[in-house]
Amino acid sequence: MKRPLADRTGAKLSAMLAAGETSATAILASSQSRIDAVDGEVRALLTPTPQLAAERAEELDVYLSTGAPQSPVAGIPVAVKDVLTTNGIRTTCGSKILEGYVPPYDATAWTRLSGAGAVLVGKTNCDEFAMGSSNENSAYGPVHNPWDLDRVPGGSSGGSAAAVAAGEAVWALGTDTGGSVRQPASLCGVVGLKPTYGRISRYGLIAFASSLDTVGTFTRSVRDAGSMLQVLAGHDPRDATSLDAPVPDYGVHLDDGVAGLRVGVVEEAFGEGVEPGVGASVRAAVERLAALGAEVGEVALPHATYALSAYYLIAPSECSSNLARYDGVRYGLRAEGAHTDSIEMMFQTRGQGFGPEVKRRIMLGTYALSAGYYDAYYGQAQKVRTLVIRDYETAFERFDILVSPTSPTTAFRIGEKADDPMAMYLNDIFTIPANLAGVPAVSVPCGLDDAGLPIGIQLTAPALDEQTLLRAAHALESDLDLDLRPPLVARL
Amino acid sequence: MPVEIDIEHVAKLARLALTEDERAALATQLGQILEHAARVGEVAAAEVSPTASPIPRVNVLRDDVAEPSLPVDEALRNAPERDGDRFRVPRIAETGI
Repeated sequence: MKRPLADRTGAKLSAMLAAGETSATAILASSQSRIDAVDGEVRALLTPTPQLAAERAEELDVYLSTGAPQSPVAGIPVAVKDVLTTNGIRTTCGSKILEGYVPPYDATAWTRLSGAGAVLVGKTNCDEFAMGSSNENSAYGPVHNPWDLDRVPGGSSGGSAAAVAAGEAVWALGTDTGGSVRQPASLCGVVGLKPTYGRISRYGLIAFASSLDTVGTFTRSVRDAGSMLQVLAGHDPRDATSLDAPVPDYGVHLDDGVAGLRVGVVEEAFGEGVEPGVGASVRAAVERLAALGAEVGEVALPHATYALSAYYLIAPSECSSNLARYDGVRYGLRAEGAHTDSIEMMFQTRGQGFGPEVKRRIMLGTYALSAGYYDAYYGQAQKVRTLVIRDYETAFERFDILVSPTSPTTAFRIGEKADDPMAMYLNDIFTIPANLAGVPAVSVPCGLDDAGLPIGIQLTAPALDEQTLLRAAHALESDLDLDLRPPLVARL
Repeated sequence: MPVEIDIEHVAKLARLALTEDERAALATQLGQILEHAARVGEVAAAEVSPTASPIPRVNVLRDDVAEPSLPVDEALRNAPERDGDRFRVPRIAETGI
């Protein structure tokens, strides 16, 4: 049977468009019919945008029929996480406090994709304000993993990961503060790239933890991740933390292979808490890298275990400051009723508008920053951040790429960890260090466990070396040659 | 040892109205999380300098040139309550007159 357009890679679709074998309208129709078929069960989209998408695809077909230059992004159906602003399109952050919020501007990441001809199919569900690892913290209900609808897709960008896995979109944008692109990519069997901090503008990314927040991509191939990054990367004067380093060609060395590449296997990443199936699959992938000519060795990141502790002080601290803006004054929810004064209105608005996890982190951060505790918690956590960065510096003296599992487990059942915040936080143990250090990392599917659930391997590179990162990931992906289609899609 | 926290005081700082049940749950959960988080103190020695941002940048300035900004109507479009060209809020000060 011929594979539906919605299940192909962006590279394939782009080539077909260039050859006149298909149209943007036909590609969109394929994604749209997939959304109609599965999203009632998957619930990846909070705000589908079918009419805007149809108009956009038609415009593109007219444009492409003139023989005008075609970006590799043109005509590709893209879903965007609902923490990135879209001009005139509701943006909720998965929160009640922004239920009716319609931004007056586009996030730079979306401006760039849109300008290159991407077609928005909708805004994706996520954990409230991107805080969570299961998508269960959305005020609009959980997303269901296309591989097993009783299981979580991971989080916080769970809707974006599920949408790409199920073919509702060919690509998606997500955000990664402690693993929120890589972990759901791992749990949904897709490629999730978190580039170097500052490589992609954060303008229009509704802030959670500003020193950690990174825009990232979901694709079904490493090559496509490079195509997205090519358009997204680069300096933006609207984001003071955006890097003005030159943007290399991410495609040019993609097929160079891993011969001679020094690959360090993170020792700590195969310890307690890692499911045997996950460990075995990642080790097998490492053996493939060695067989392809990589020089494989073991590497230590001695402060990795402290990274989680530091993260759960730094991220909530920044969150408590960033989320102070939700005060019922300028946008978003204002609690109903007669208020005695503005302060009382703010208390009620925030009490009603935020969900349990967001309240938990605001409280945690407020405490960690409060008088008398700042040095013991936030100050010490910032020192651990320095130690984590030094760990990477030492490791990258000996290795070009580091590998570990992306997540210690495959997708868990909806509800399984919902009442245990600490157990939930441990999902991010392998992904958090890269955010603290700002280095790029990617999750690539490397197999299925006994239950048929996807497993991801995480590759990490030094800051701004996405070229090498993608080259190694592409070599592994090509060698493994997995054909990952969730049962939900295969049965259609 | 789980850390003991004055939940009411912290909630006041955070401008967060909490129910009785929420306060009780947060006291337990935050205590446990902070017990784990306090481990940062085990390795953060005095000679280690703190890091605030992974890619250090200092004083990123743009040219001091006026640029177009959001029209007033756009800026007010999401306002819960508006009064002419302003955001309307409940009273913010004692009225003595």
